[in-house]
Amino acid sequence: MSEITLQDIIQPENLVYEKSKLLTDKRFHYCPGCGHGTVHRIIAEVIEELGIDEETIGIAPVGCAVMAYDYFDVDFQEAAHGRAPALATGIKRVWPNKVVFTYQGDGDLAAIGTAETIHACNRGENITMIFVNNGIYGMTGGQMAPTTLEGMKTATTPYGRKPQWEDGTPNNGFPLQITKLVAQLPGTRFVTRQAVYDAAKVRNCKKAIKKAFQNQMENKNGVNFVEIVSNCNSNWKMSAVDANKWLQENMLPVYPLGDIKDNFELINK
Amino acid sequence: MGELKLMKGNEALAEAAIRYGADAYFGYPITPQSEVIEYLSEQNPYERTGMVVLQAESEVAAINMIYAAGAAGKRVMTSSSSPGISLKQEGITYIAGAEIPCVYADVVRGGPGLGTIQPSQADYFQACKGGGHGDYHQIVLAPASVQEMADFVALGFDLAFQYRIATCILSDGAIGQMMEKVVLPDQKPRMTEEEIKAKYPWATTGRKRGTPHRIITSLDLDSNRMEQHNRHLQEKYKEIAEKETRFEEIQCDDAEYVIVAYGSSARIAQKTIQLGRAEGMKIGLLRPITLWPFPTKAIEALIAKGVKGFLSLELSCGQMIEDVKLACNGRAKAEHFGRVGGIIHTPEEVLEAMKKQIIGE
Amino acid sequence: MAKFRGAIVVDTDRCKGCGVCITACPLGVIELAKEVNSKGYNYSFMANPEKCIGCASCAVTCPDGVIKVYKKAL
Repeated sequence: MSEITLQDIIQPENLVYEKSKLLTDKRFHYCPGCGHGTVHRIIAEVIEELGIDEETIGIAPVGCAVMAYDYFDVDFQEAAHGRAPALATGIKRVWPNKVVFTYQGDGDLAAIGTAETIHACNRGENITMIFVNNGIYGMTGGQMAPTTLEGMKTATTPYGRKPQWEDGTPNNGFPLQITKLVAQLPGTRFVTRQAVYDAAKVRNCKKAIKKAFQNQMENKNGVNFVEIVSNCNSNWKMSAVDANKWLQENMLPVYPLGDIKDNFELINK
Repeated sequence: MGELKLMKGNEALAEAAIRYGADAYFGYPITPQSEVIEYLSEQNPYERTGMVVLQAESEVAAINMIYAAGAAGKRVMTSSSSPGISLKQEGITYIAGAEIPCVYADVVRGGPGLGTIQPSQADYFQACKGGGHGDYHQIVLAPASVQEMADFVALGFDLAFQYRIATCILSDGAIGQMMEKVVLPDQKPRMTEEEIKAKYPWATTGRKRGTPHRIITSLDLDSNRMEQHNRHLQEKYKEIAEKETRFEEIQCDDAEYVIVAYGSSARIAQKTIQLGRAEGMKIGLLRPITLWPFPTKAIEALIAKGVKGFLSLELSCGQMIEDVKLACNGRAKAEHFGRVGGIIHTPEEVLEAMKKQIIGE
Repeated sequence: MAKFRGAIVVDTDRCKGCGVCITACPLGVIELAKEVNSKGYNYSFMANPEKCIGCASCAVTCPDGVIKVYKKAL
């Protein structure tokens, strides 16, 4: 029994996991340990497993994932900063039989694109929105995001984000709870917050993303909104492993994981 | 063939879009063009042809809906007026970069800023010289009648899809609001999914397995490829300039002096010609139908035929005059006359300007 | 006794050495190599192959999808 060799194990019939065929051969340009890659991977797996690659049209944001279109072997459009929900609306309204998803970061979805986000959600567009929240502007070099935590140091809050001055006069504002906000809108069907920092979380997240696509495929009306609390080790200035630890200790208390709304019903916790 | 109706310019534009078989209109209300979305909403084109009409949350959202639906091979249109068009510039330059066909109408009002809701032609520069960032052009059609508001929808879509470019119907508050008789075209069917896929292989309609995925983007960080892309765009613009320049000449055969005017101004100019000719002055009218590409060669030909001077008549402080002067290139006199703030010139004051600024004595 | 034996194959040239797979592995199979790949990253490898049960925790957390997992019932 102990005679089994690696060669015996590494055989095509024993293969239990490899990256989705719906990812191109292009190397991710993301920093080592960045959650974007993991999220890309599981979205590709979901599209592959659902067999919807010929019907899917993705919308890439402006931000670190701006070139997401290079990595997915499905049709893709690149949006202006924050406009992805408007693009998704445009496509879905004229091609209601296609599966349309946006992929956006926190600056894109919750700052410059807040109007597009809120109104696509309020109209209840039958689309899937993937929202990667790492509390910072990654691509431009680590400036404050709408979701930056209180006290968190960024390039534009070098002494820590201070929502207000001591006397209560406004300063950087508070971390924007955009996901809670869209959950309040009657147009959102499924709103959930997930993470990808460990294997169990990745598996949960994949289930949520799958549901977010399935709802759309089944022509169930309403926006399917999946937030993924993620990392930015480069701009948080720590190692990937430390960033995932920091995320759990600091991000999750403010952005707790779990379903927030399902079948148009808010989930009370 | 066709149907004769009395309509506002804005309504004719909207009805023509339905009859052309357009797939969608995404817009946002603004005076003086709100009739477009009101008419479309009232007509319920989804029942008539399956055409989608959506009031977006902003002009920014509307143009980005156009970007996406056009990039997915559909015939989509928006409309707005000057301040709203300023908001749309982001989307328009992305549309130029990603080469997305679409039509939008700009029913121009006076500026700058909120300006006035009265007619104006002060957005010539914005429409013809860029508006957004980067080296790009779009086809600019200038209707001078309610009939042309309708006709230019079909022409605009045909050109947009032939060249993968945006077509701007540059109207103004007067043409948009006035009522005139118009012959509407017969209803055309909307294109089917199969037709779109066969005709527009670049469109993101869902990639077929075993074929490369389609990417619609204006981004390329590779400098060599980006230079190539810009060169390609310029080649395309050159081809359009050669093949698609449109204009109308009225009483230019014997003209010694020519008014260059488009849209509302061209209508005034026609009366000025009558008044001038009654006084023995040989005045003609050159009416650019495409403002971009500008009919430079038509002006050169008129100079070659002996025209001595051109009056650029505009509802602006002088924008098209720059293109008229470039065309003249010092070989003939070129001057500007314009009224602004929502005032439309009278034929008499135009004739006075012609006498004073061009003819002399 | 484990009922399964597993093995991973790392695309070492595409590995960025972030180390996420090392923390994800419940059995301490993976370590970073002393050597670097063509991009200068210390890539991950099976340091203790006999411990691998093919659970794929490393591969599902790998941001770059560079890990293939094999699993064989004993």
